Amino acid sequence: MARVQSPARSRPSTYPGWFFLPAAIIYGVLFLLPTFASLYFSLTRWTLFNSTFIGLDNFAQFFREPFLIKGLINTVIYAVVSSGLKVVLGLLLAVLLTSQIAARGYLRSVVFFPVLVSTVGVGITFTVLMHPTQGMINEGLAMLGIKGPGWLVDPNLALISVALVDVWKGVGLATVIYIAGIVAIPQDYYEAARIDGSTPWQSFIYVTLPLCRPATVTVITLSFIGGLRTFDLIWAMTRGGPGFASDTIASVIYKQYQAGFYGLSTAGNVVLFVLIGVLVVPLTMLLNRKEGHE
Amino acid sequence: MKFNLKSMAMGGVGVMAVLLASGAAHAQSVNLTYLIPSGADGVAVAEELVKSFEAANPDINIDIETRPGGSEGDNLVKTRLATGAMTDIFRYNSGSLFQAINPQQFLVDLTNEPWQADVQASFKQVVTAPDGTVRGAPMGAAMGGGIYYNKAIYQELGLSVPKTWAEFMDNNEKIKAAGKVAVAQTYGDTWTSQLFVLGDYYNVSAAEPDFAANYTAGTAKFATDKAALRGFEKLQEVHDAGFLNEDFGAAKFDDGLRMVANGEAAHYPMLTFATTAIVASYPEMINNVGFFAQPGDDAASNGLTVWMPDGLYIPQTTSNLDAAKKFVAFVASVEGCEAQSRAGGASGPYLINGCTLPADVPPAVSDMLPYFAEGGQNGPALEFLSPIKGPALEQITVEVGSGIRPAADGAALYDEDVRKQAQQLGLAGW
Repeated sequence: MARVQSPARSRPSTYPGWFFLPAAIIYGVLFLLPTFASLYFSLTRWTLFNSTFIGLDNFAQFFREPFLIKGLINTVIYAVVSSGLKVVLGLLLAVLLTSQIAARGYLRSVVFFPVLVSTVGVGITFTVLMHPTQGMINEGLAMLGIKGPGWLVDPNLALISVALVDVWKGVGLATVIYIAGIVAIPQDYYEAARIDGSTPWQSFIYVTLPLCRPATVTVITLSFIGGLRTFDLIWAMTRGGPGFASDTIASVIYKQYQAGFYGLSTAGNVVLFVLIGVLVVPLTMLLNRKEGHE
Repeated sequence: MKFNLKSMAMGGVGVMAVLLASGAAHAQSVNLTYLIPSGADGVAVAEELVKSFEAANPDINIDIETRPGGSEGDNLVKTRLATGAMTDIFRYNSGSLFQAINPQQFLVDLTNEPWQADVQASFKQVVTAPDGTVRGAPMGAAMGGGIYYNKAIYQELGLSVPKTWAEFMDNNEKIKAAGKVAVAQTYGDTWTSQLFVLGDYYNVSAAEPDFAANYTAGTAKFATDKAALRGFEKLQEVHDAGFLNEDFGAAKFDDGLRMVANGEAAHYPMLTFATTAIVASYPEMINNVGFFAQPGDDAASNGLTVWMPDGLYIPQTTSNLDAAKKFVAFVASVEGCEAQSRAGGASGPYLINGCTLPADVPPAVSDMLPYFAEGGQNGPALEFLSPIKGPALEQITVEVGSGIRPAADGAALYDEDVRKQAQQLGLAGW
């Protein structure tokens, strides 16, 4: 990378300065300005009509929120559970869907289909399915003689239930990324392994798994960031409830907006921004470094 | 082309004729504009009021203008007042939202209007500016926050309407023993979870008349005030005793109405505006639905927590003050109440002395009336006495009502929430 970049810098730019101006203005007005404005407003008590500078009080308040600590923990649990399951299930489904099975093309599109459906629609549908007494899931379980749990109303279960729906909706994307990764592995490696007497399990562990590491890195990064800033599915299914049991940072921030605490929720967004940076930057560096060693 | 030109010219003449005609009409009469929140029932009431008023005052013409409700409407009203663009008369919330539009600065003082003599004191309180002047007239009927009950179940089990919380819990015990759901709760719509706490306020104020003032000043807290804490405790008690419907965590407001109307549950704590919805959805069951105030611990001080109707206000920027005052006086009169009943049905008692309800109101409405009659007791909900209401109350009451968090803990958490709101409002002492 460095070798390519340095001569590019010394070379005069392909375009004249004014050519960059429209993009620079859009970037400045729509991205830079709001970013700095939000940093300022996060330090004020803001009613939209006037704002009072209160220093770091909003951050102090935000970290004192009893729901916030819970929201922070929930956010991380949600991100880990949903991205972990997407990696495992996505890989397994990709192995299945790259094998010689009937109707492979059709099955591949079926797995991807939930990705295309509106998140809110999925959320509302599953809310109905997961109704504790009239939902189809618990009615099905009841036929088997099992008393199903209150998926979305049991405070210990609500967050996990939403994460599972997230996995159902998002696993298609992970699968497609893995299919691309697996298909790109040359058949020679498998033949060589077979000649050396490897079992199918060994081929999977020593050939498929290491060689689709780039796919794994992509899936983990995408679904982990998605999990950290998740909002729409949670809001459609539980609104952070019951009580605060499935609140994530994003839903806590949204509720502060709803309540008219504009400064406070802006501070929350700054916290979310920092949190994503703190978690994701080292994660990406770690994953990419290992990849470089291969 | 020729035809087109000709028709255009004729159109122009027509427009001019209309303009001239309306100009002539303007010269004789006053034009007022009346701003109301949109919503079919509200519009129907406003149209009936305007129609009756114009019939009695042919020289005044009133145009109705609608605005969105909710927080969008709040912003619109604030902006129009602040920019001097408010209509001659407008309808808006009383209580804490009324205080938020800065009434002293923007609204006409109506304290000395002759019709104020017939407005009940409980309403005057919630449209009184900080300087003690009354700035509004009641628009609509009062609502009660209490408990709907199924009369068929009460009759079947030989129960009577409870006057104390202990009696209420006894009734629940008997209903449960009969294999029925005693109390419907619908936390799928989180706002419905607040009723046991908010509807208990009459009992709080009966025990401690100064609670609202101290609460606003930041010296009285839900967690440490015994009377105020009772609301949270009651919420927890009905859950812990196992009185609730099995799907209380997922059921919605409509489910609650269905349960209490059809006898699937004996009680449903709710605001009485729901009567209109029960009439619409379960008209054949409406005579099975009764209503009582949330009982306190003392039968002698049994009373109803009341939600006040909106107010009617005149901004100081109006150029037709006399005509606007005439309309407000009409709405605050017996004829005004009658017009409202004609248009929207009567959902509760009016706050004008001399106004009566039609004889055929549903039992849920007639059960409310004794609390407003001579010898009956009622008082406004806390949100009409204090500008502070914490926004997270409904989540906290879901937790307390589902057994996730103990009552005392929930009350303490709510105090935190209240502190945040008070700071945002810029109140002194927080």
